[in-house]
Amino acid sequence: MKLGKQSIVFDHVYLGQAAVATGPKEKLGPLGSYFDQTYDDLYCGAKTWEKAEMQLMRDAIENCLTKNNIGSGEIDCFIGGDLNNQIIIGNYVMRDYDIPYLGVFGACSTSVEGLIIGAGMINGGSFNRVLAGTSSHNATSERQFRYPTEYGGQKPDTLTFTSTAAGVILLCDNATDLRLSGVTLGMVIDAKLNDPLDLGRAMAPAAFSTIEAHFRDFNTKPEDYDLIVTGDLSYYGKAMLIKLFKEINIDITDRYNDCGLLLYDRFQQEVFAGGSGCGCCAAVTYGYLLSKLRDKTYKKILVVATGALLNPVIVAQKETIPGIAHAAVIERIGE
Amino acid sequence: MNNEMKGAIEKVKKETKPKRKVLLNMIKAFLVGGLICLVAQIIIEILKKQFALDKTMANSVGIAIMVFFGSFLTGLGIYDKIGQFAGAGTIIPITGFANSMTSAALESKSEGVILGVFTNMFKVAGSVIVVGVISAFVFGTIRYLLGI
Amino acid sequence: MIYLMAFLVGGTICALGQIILDVFKLVPIYITSLFVSLGAMFDTFGLYDKLVEKAGAGATMPISSFGHSLVHSALEKAEQVGYIGILTGIFNLTAAGIAASIIFAFFIALIFRPKG
Repeated sequence: MKLGKQSIVFDHVYLGQAAVATGPKEKLGPLGSYFDQTYDDLYCGAKTWEKAEMQLMRDAIENCLTKNNIGSGEIDCFIGGDLNNQIIIGNYVMRDYDIPYLGVFGACSTSVEGLIIGAGMINGGSFNRVLAGTSSHNATSERQFRYPTEYGGQKPDTLTFTSTAAGVILLCDNATDLRLSGVTLGMVIDAKLNDPLDLGRAMAPAAFSTIEAHFRDFNTKPEDYDLIVTGDLSYYGKAMLIKLFKEINIDITDRYNDCGLLLYDRFQQEVFAGGSGCGCCAAVTYGYLLSKLRDKTYKKILVVATGALLNPVIVAQKETIPGIAHAAVIERIGE
Repeated sequence: MNNEMKGAIEKVKKETKPKRKVLLNMIKAFLVGGLICLVAQIIIEILKKQFALDKTMANSVGIAIMVFFGSFLTGLGIYDKIGQFAGAGTIIPITGFANSMTSAALESKSEGVILGVFTNMFKVAGSVIVVGVISAFVFGTIRYLLGI
Repeated sequence: MIYLMAFLVGGTICALGQIILDVFKLVPIYITSLFVSLGAMFDTFGLYDKLVEKAGAGATMPISSFGHSLVHSALEKAEQVGYIGILTGIFNLTAAGIAASIIFAFFIALIFRPKG
């Protein structure tokens, strides 16, 4: 059911088990123990970077099916996306599964975009079990958006480090301990920032817009959530978002964090401003935050995946960088 | 998004503009760039004295040797780490040119030799050659006309 | 003495590039393009040659010397055969550098694998 201007309330969409597969840096980060499958090098046992990312997606899907104790034949649909041109990761991985597939692109907001579409299908009564997943890989992203990985160009401190991770979650209509109670769809927000090496700040206005709309549509305030988390604003974007909310007299400081800052230890690992990429929000949410909900650390969280909607061609045409953010409310049922 | 929010974005955008460590980066670039040139000079002097090459030959061979080092360190995966530290100190010397070609070739290896390595080698370095030739043509023409 | 000058001049050129990189927030490709054309420009009046004499590798290592070599050999040939020499002689001095870059890049790419 639609709520307010851009939100939807769901009454029977539940979250099953999720699975996360990552590369080496994520394995060595603070959340390494929360992931189902990790690799010691970026090739993940494959021949090329792109095939490595496919391996991660495959691992996440397989682990998700196993953890939920279901076969692929019982899944109604897989909704997935990544950062590669033509979102080839999902396209090629799904060759091996007899599951109807919808490929989506929301840049790094893809994880929640998948949740929104899947939840809509379940709440509408069309489907019972939907998998939503996404992936990103540092090398495929560097190759496509920036420079060859061995190039000696200097990366500035504002750079966000694309994470090498894939996360897949099961959405279902039978009651579990976690409920996806509502979502807020984002609008494209272009704050006229144009530095592709500072995407955290470019996306902060989009997070600002969506979270404010969420509070308005649901008539809630920050204190109603145990945690508000953005996907990959990282160090500079996070600081900007806190300041933006202060300007409209809302203080999110004590319950706001960012997945890009949770996934890595910025001081021990060379990740510049923090993590980014579709896999960042997915890995942190599906690997770590769900378990924090389940172990009763949190009861209700707001996950806001943020995406920068650019490509190198349009940036070279002197265009600015628009962003988008989609929000999902996940809460534990019972006490 | 209302006007209050739009105003907030314009204000905070300016307030949060990140600063770069200009002085520190400059010193690092100076040291590493200077070091690379020093190493090249030592190699050129050795070529002149031990191998008795004349100035032009020694220069050309010296450049070829430095290009080799740039390529080799790129292959080993070390050049990008030095580059992160030194910035322009590794981009500006000819080793940076070698690195840009080698890294592009290396990255495209996954698409095979012809569609990958051959096609993409000049992806990053192409601009240097194009700009160089066009500049040389323009300035060369100016000088030629002035010389008449 | 030439060693010190090579270090100082080479370092200074790189430091200059770094300042432009940081102050104007440009990507490396702008810096290399700028310096190549500056090198070409400074050789128009023989200025770069003087720098090479004093600083050796400090002037020949930076990418600006690429621009200088292109102009230098273009004009050298033009003096011998007339204006068309600008086209026919332009790559004479830089041939070694370009050929070496291509050959080494190819072999290194064959042998090694990118590490990310």
